[in-house]
Amino acid sequence: MNRDVAIDVRQLTLMYGSNLIQSDLNFQVRRGDVFVIMGGSGCGKSTLLKHMVGLYQPAAGEILFDGHSYFTASSAQQSAMRQRWGVTYQGGALFSDKTLAENVAMPLEEYTTLNRRDIADMVRYKLALVGLAGFEHFYPAQISGGMCKRAGLARAIALDPDILFFDEPSAGLDPLSARRLDDLILQLGHSTGATVVIVTHELASIFAIGSNGVFLDATTKTQLATGSPQHMLDHCEHARVKEFLTRGE
Amino acid sequence: MNQATLVTDKTANDSVAITLQGSWTIGNTIPDPGQLAALANVNSITTVVFITAEDFAWDSRLLAWLMAAQRQLGSCLFDLSALPAEVGDLFRLANTVPASQVRTPERQTLKQKCLAGIARLGDEVLGLLAFIGDMFIALGRWLIGKSTARWSDILTFCYQCGPSALAIITLQSVLVGMILGYLGVVQLRQFGAEVYVSDLVGVGMVREMGALMTAVIMSGRTGAAYAAGLGTMQVNEEIDALTTLGIPPMDNLVLPRTLALLLTMPLLCLYSNILGMVGGGLVATSMDITWLLYLHQLRDAITITDIATGVFKGFVFALLIAMAGCRAGLECGRSSAAVGQATTRAVVTALIYLIIADAGLNILFFHLGV
Repeated sequence: MNRDVAIDVRQLTLMYGSNLIQSDLNFQVRRGDVFVIMGGSGCGKSTLLKHMVGLYQPAAGEILFDGHSYFTASSAQQSAMRQRWGVTYQGGALFSDKTLAENVAMPLEEYTTLNRRDIADMVRYKLALVGLAGFEHFYPAQISGGMCKRAGLARAIALDPDILFFDEPSAGLDPLSARRLDDLILQLGHSTGATVVIVTHELASIFAIGSNGVFLDATTKTQLATGSPQHMLDHCEHARVKEFLTRGE
Repeated sequence: MNQATLVTDKTANDSVAITLQGSWTIGNTIPDPGQLAALANVNSITTVVFITAEDFAWDSRLLAWLMAAQRQLGSCLFDLSALPAEVGDLFRLANTVPASQVRTPERQTLKQKCLAGIARLGDEVLGLLAFIGDMFIALGRWLIGKSTARWSDILTFCYQCGPSALAIITLQSVLVGMILGYLGVVQLRQFGAEVYVSDLVGVGMVREMGALMTAVIMSGRTGAAYAAGLGTMQVNEEIDALTTLGIPPMDNLVLPRTLALLLTMPLLCLYSNILGMVGGGLVATSMDITWLLYLHQLRDAITITDIATGVFKGFVFALLIAMAGCRAGLECGRSSAAVGQATTRAVVTALIYLIIADAGLNILFFHLGV
């Protein structure tokens, strides 16, 4: 087993009911990578991410974390694996009946034995990291969409995860906010040493932060290229990949 | 405004010139596209050249007409060079991407429909059993202290199910008691036995109507709220977030709601029973039966077993309402319309469960002699 590989995807097939989404996916996410899952709308990027974090079971093939598959692990192992992941969702997916502080505190209460005051301190620190200091007692409905996404990020990094999964982090944000969120993701990734897996179709993000990636195609329903975005652009022969990475220009 | 018309002028064997006259705009009557199609078919024409008259005006209506005509003509070539350039541009734009060949599902025969229906029913029953199993596993985890369900959540939901529902339960119970009262007095008066109205109201409320009507109210009030709440969480990916945080939705969402309903429903049933008897009493006392006589008769009519059967029913109904509501919410789709469907499904299934369970329990109690 290669210690450098954080996630190993082998012969993966994704189905949704009887609909084939993607098949024959093979790629590796190296430790410390900012790994971009890219592709056009509706090609199954988010579905792949949801399979990776164990929400859906693959129809065939496997996703190995340090050589272990989530779905064949015991429930104690699964819980340990989940603690090492941080996941953010497209709309933030904050619990709407809880304040930002309570949202960020949830994983801490679930997995640590910290007392209330320590949890409150941790929450304040994590919210400050994403630029939301002072918003502890706001409810998700009281803050903007971009702030919700950042609060979701704070919740995802609550347990100092080894792997951070992002589902379309910059979708629906203005270019400047999107850029700042990208920077934040990069900074957090670098300073915590976390591996980042990110689903996006924003070209600016792809080239700015991606160090490795996979291109999913909606027509052939499989991957067309792997490697860093720049490498794909320079070396991939496939017309659809080139077209995507150059906005068809 | 000029009437839109087309004038045909055959120019060669395989082509025809069409002059468009008048206003081809929304709000005007324009010729049927079939007219052009009929012409082309009769004369085996391969090219249609469009030209315009002086009073020609157009908007999207013309483009829609051209598209329709082309669909009917199939392989015929349209020469739009004599029309305004924008018409040609828009027409080309609309035809850039060929229409997708989405397969429409084949029409099912009656037999296939029946089989599919039976399969769906089977899936529904299996899904229900799986959900009940999961719920009891979560309950077991909670009982041995290994669950993440929090007392604070349970108490919040208890407040929503119990005290908040008292007003509507009060109204409902007094009125149901009065209905039973009138029913009893009118029927029993024929035998001169009005005094037994307490028996009818008392036993009717305690064994049947108290639990059933409370359950009906609660399935509309609480069951629907559960489905809508969980459904919205599903739409916002909150349930996914919870799952990836390692907190099973069964423990954290379903269990507190179910426990809250299980704790409050029997109490609400008792409350409903008492108010129902008060309602019946209001009717009885307006018909020359004194409160003392009514209450005395009531005390003789109702046994502890009657009360216990009613409370037990309340307990069972609570479980069914919570199950229908939570299941509909958790299995909600990912759109706002799906939340509406989930809410409807929660209430309808809850009512069906209630009626079936009530009938079943009555048969059981009859044979057990309670």
